[in-house]
Amino acid sequence: MSALFKSLSVFLASSVGKKILVALTGAALVVFVLGHLIGNLLIFAGADAINEYGHFLQTAGHGALVWVARIGLLTCVLIHIVLTIKLTKENRAAREDRYGYSHTIQATKSSRFMIFSGLIVLAFIVYHLLHFTLHIGNNYSTLTTSIHGETVHDVYRMVIQGFSWWPASAFYIFAILMLCSHLSHGVSSMFQTLGLATPRTWPLLQKISIIYAAIIFIGNSSIPLAVLLGFVK
Amino acid sequence: MSHSLNLQLKVWRQSSTNAKGHFQDIVAKDIPETASFLEMLDIVNQRIITEGSDPIAFDHDCREGICGACSMVINGKPHGPEKATTACQLHMRKFKDGDTIWIEPFRAKAFPVIKDLAVDRSAFDRIMQAGGFISVRTGSVQDANNLPISKEAADSAMDAAECIGCGACVASCKNASAMLFVSAKAGQLNSLPQGQPEKHRRVLGMVKTMDEAGFGNCTNQFECEAACPKEISVRWITKLNRDYALATLHDAVTAPLSTGGGGD
Amino acid sequence: MPSDTTMNAKIPSGPLAQKWSKHKQDSKLINPANKRKFSVIVVGSGLAGASAAASLSELGYKVKCFCFQDSPRRAHSIAAQGGINAAKNYQNDGDSVYRLFYDTIKGGDFRAREANVYRLAEVSAAIIDQCVAQGVPLAREYGGLLANRSFGGAQVSRTFYARGQTGQQLLLGAYSALNKEIARGNVEMYSRSEMLELVMVDGHAKGIVVRDLVTGKVSSHAADTVILATGGYGNVFYLSTNAKGCNVTSIWRAHKKGALMANPCYTQIHPTCIPVSGDYQSKLTLMSESLRNDGRVWVPKKKEDCSKPPGQIAEDDRDYYLERKYPSFGNLAPRDISSRAAKEACDEGRGVGPGGLGVYLDFADAIIRYGHDQSPGKSLPTDELQRLGKAVIKEKYGNLFDMYERITGESAYEQPMRIFPAVHYTMGGLWVDYNLMSNIPGLHVLGEANFSDHGANRLGASALMQGLADGYFVLPYTIANYLATQKPGSIKTDHPAFKEAEKEVAERTKKFLSIKGKRTVDSFHRELGLLIWDQCGMARTREGLQKALKRIPEIREEFWTNVNVSGTGEQLNHELEKAGRVADFIEFGELMCIDALQREESCGGHFRTEHQYTKEDEAAKRGQAGEALRNDAEFAYVAAWEYTGDTAKPALHKEPLEYEEIHLAVRSYV
Repeated sequence: MSALFKSLSVFLASSVGKKILVALTGAALVVFVLGHLIGNLLIFAGADAINEYGHFLQTAGHGALVWVARIGLLTCVLIHIVLTIKLTKENRAAREDRYGYSHTIQATKSSRFMIFSGLIVLAFIVYHLLHFTLHIGNNYSTLTTSIHGETVHDVYRMVIQGFSWWPASAFYIFAILMLCSHLSHGVSSMFQTLGLATPRTWPLLQKISIIYAAIIFIGNSSIPLAVLLGFVK
Repeated sequence: MSHSLNLQLKVWRQSSTNAKGHFQDIVAKDIPETASFLEMLDIVNQRIITEGSDPIAFDHDCREGICGACSMVINGKPHGPEKATTACQLHMRKFKDGDTIWIEPFRAKAFPVIKDLAVDRSAFDRIMQAGGFISVRTGSVQDANNLPISKEAADSAMDAAECIGCGACVASCKNASAMLFVSAKAGQLNSLPQGQPEKHRRVLGMVKTMDEAGFGNCTNQFECEAACPKEISVRWITKLNRDYALATLHDAVTAPLSTGGGGD
Repeated sequence: MPSDTTMNAKIPSGPLAQKWSKHKQDSKLINPANKRKFSVIVVGSGLAGASAAASLSELGYKVKCFCFQDSPRRAHSIAAQGGINAAKNYQNDGDSVYRLFYDTIKGGDFRAREANVYRLAEVSAAIIDQCVAQGVPLAREYGGLLANRSFGGAQVSRTFYARGQTGQQLLLGAYSALNKEIARGNVEMYSRSEMLELVMVDGHAKGIVVRDLVTGKVSSHAADTVILATGGYGNVFYLSTNAKGCNVTSIWRAHKKGALMANPCYTQIHPTCIPVSGDYQSKLTLMSESLRNDGRVWVPKKKEDCSKPPGQIAEDDRDYYLERKYPSFGNLAPRDISSRAAKEACDEGRGVGPGGLGVYLDFADAIIRYGHDQSPGKSLPTDELQRLGKAVIKEKYGNLFDMYERITGESAYEQPMRIFPAVHYTMGGLWVDYNLMSNIPGLHVLGEANFSDHGANRLGASALMQGLADGYFVLPYTIANYLATQKPGSIKTDHPAFKEAEKEVAERTKKFLSIKGKRTVDSFHRELGLLIWDQCGMARTREGLQKALKRIPEIREEFWTNVNVSGTGEQLNHELEKAGRVADFIEFGELMCIDALQREESCGGHFRTEHQYTKEDEAAKRGQAGEALRNDAEFAYVAAWEYTGDTAKPALHKEPLEYEEIHLAVRSYV
């Protein structure tokens, strides 16, 4: 085996190496989540805006870009999940006997439920992809409209139909809440794991983390709420 | 005149590493509030011996907060409720009459229980043997003042060096991770000019040994920092993460071909 | 004085300053290929043991190192706070090897061996170089160079330090060097292993028997030479600033195999410790002596006031006894003098706090003084001055005040601290020659465990220096003088001497466990400690020592018939460990009192009440009244005791202390 691969395999087998990968893939997902939100908020700009945006995503680079992004994201998600599950298993194994009297000094709730919030977000992603990307169990693929003379997916109506059923909206909002919890620890944690935090920047990074999570929550939950409350029709 | 306390103790008893342990209820009567926590255990032990039973085994030595031998979890906190205080420096006036106190060993797979509250922390020694040193031979060094080191760097290294190696970081961590200990030890040397020649080998070696010992992974919850009797900062973990990435990069990409990779 | 044939100090001839160079030149060498055939046992992993084990391994010798702690890093050297002396003269204030040598000899009240002390001063500078290269974060100045502070008994600033943790940092340095050699596979480390017997083959030390403290397994280890670096015996007093595990066992076992025990009565009492708060007390904690720069020591003038809160005792009713007795030095009087003065005040019934064993160290005046300093030209109200002054005190001593509050629950900003002297260091130990070898061939003794460098009293910041000097820079040169005379690996553990020693250990263990008496080990230790403290502590009298010598055999007798050691020998059993140590302390305590009784003089840490300067002496300018009165004509010797089979009747051997370079003088700090 070459020295390069040997070094990388040692890195991947190590606790620090795995965490660095989790942080890097997390960083990619953090960026995606924000981009995804900004795109989705176009719903408030009207049907044409979001439909055009959807069409742009599907056709950019002759339709290749969306696949590059999909494969990239899927890889990140897979690495992120496989490694965190592995890390969590190792963590459980590192303390076989639990304390009789359990106490937490300063670890935040969100940091302690990362694996749960992460798994719920995972379940949500699966549902979300089935719902809006693969159109399983619905007739969204038949919803079309036309923009500049071209027939495109009517994303706007898909969203309204999707969220008009309140249990779906409720699950979305709950899942976004979990994502928010995940991010409130994850974003600052990412800087720590990548060795980019300092005692001087840490308080700021923590604030950024929480503000970021709040933006993601408010932005994403505003859409189903707006649909349910009839602001978007 | 000082007051005395009557306490209910729930003490972990385990006769040997492989034996099954359990909590034993012990009544500790008339404990002077001026006694230290370990003196409270001494008093209890004297009574247990007089009654013909086996006293509670616990590690301790200097009893002034510096040797790092004492290692027990008191009401869920390593070294007990006082901030920046080892169990030996904790005093009974911090408890109230009638309190129930849970006393357990540091729990981690990498710290097997030897007996009762005494655990085996030799994993820390093995980690140190994997790179926690600067390879200089006795007598082969230059005059100490030939190497100026900024006060800031020296003070910062000293912040890390204050670690007493007690293992409270591991005991408090939800994942039983040893990152605070390892990062402080590696960080002290890696932040000084003397430590530069071996910095990559050091972090690769120490992290590898840490992982092999069965400690968990750091999830940046910082319980360790809050439990540390010497208040070692988690900034050392940040540095270790960074140094580890750089060491891998060096090992994988920039190191001369003649040196082996893989951080041995 | 006729010289004693039992011991030959092997001090090299020639001028003092050239003895060490000459000796190194004349010492035997072993070629590198042969060094690896020799094996070395090091017992103890503190500054002396770890540095020796690492350095010898670097030279190529095969090393086995043993410590009773769970890690070599926890040896009690770790607790030293203040610093380490070295004759670097970085401050350009006139320091030199000679000055450090002279300060140390004088500090030791002219009862140390001149050539050893000179060598200590000579190698001191290299220790600092070594530690810095290891990454020890010694304090620095803004320019990046090493900082120094001044310390007691010296007029130059030569003390290097690492916050209040100099001992821990230097030990971690030595531990890192040891780890490097363990990693290389040349040192085998045995933690949680206690040496219980020295094994002698044909009159030479060739191995040890140890008990694995976890499994109880007793095993033998053979080597070409044995090095004891097991620290001091301060815990003979039960209460001391030593760690709980510190013990005399290894050197006492060696003594009983023929090694001479030198000057056991020389013990150092530190004046500023936190007083005992009750009979459950397990250990004493040192407060840095630097507090005496700003604190004023006092007790009430009247016994009746002792139970009152200090704030209610009027200024006129306070006795600032150090300022009264020693007007020129005041609160900064030397350690032994301040300690004795505190004892006298308490003996008169004027002590404060629980049991009347404490004196006040009061910062109220310093707080006001600093308050004024912080507000020049202003006349502020008292509470404002106090606020400003307390901030200054916090800056200077904050960590000490915090520690005091943690232990006592009292704030020394609001009320005076209570302090009392406590046993801190022991100057006596196994007798060694210039090569650090005892009178038993092959048995080397380093650090606090030997007697060699501090005479009757040790200067602050010199213990760390000696431990590291012995391990890094002395023994690696001198050990070959013995080893070169030996055939490597000639003795193995199958030699009958090992079986016999193992049997002795097993029988002792069995004996402890079979007594099943009524009293705990600790209760014997407390009783012994209190007796030794009362009769062989800060001040000793013939009568008191005789009383102790009558009582100690009774304690021993009762111990061996009425001690209760629970558990078994095949497990982690702290009671069993303690029993072995206390049994040895009882025997050792007897020798200590015998030594103190024969030394009819006062010197350094050994103060015989019968021998002190009187008022008449003071008038005749011979010395200050109440100060130790040495008797150089009759007692300028090292008292080295030989075990004769009866602990009550040891044989005394005398090594005359011959000073070639210096003149004996009255130790005066006026």
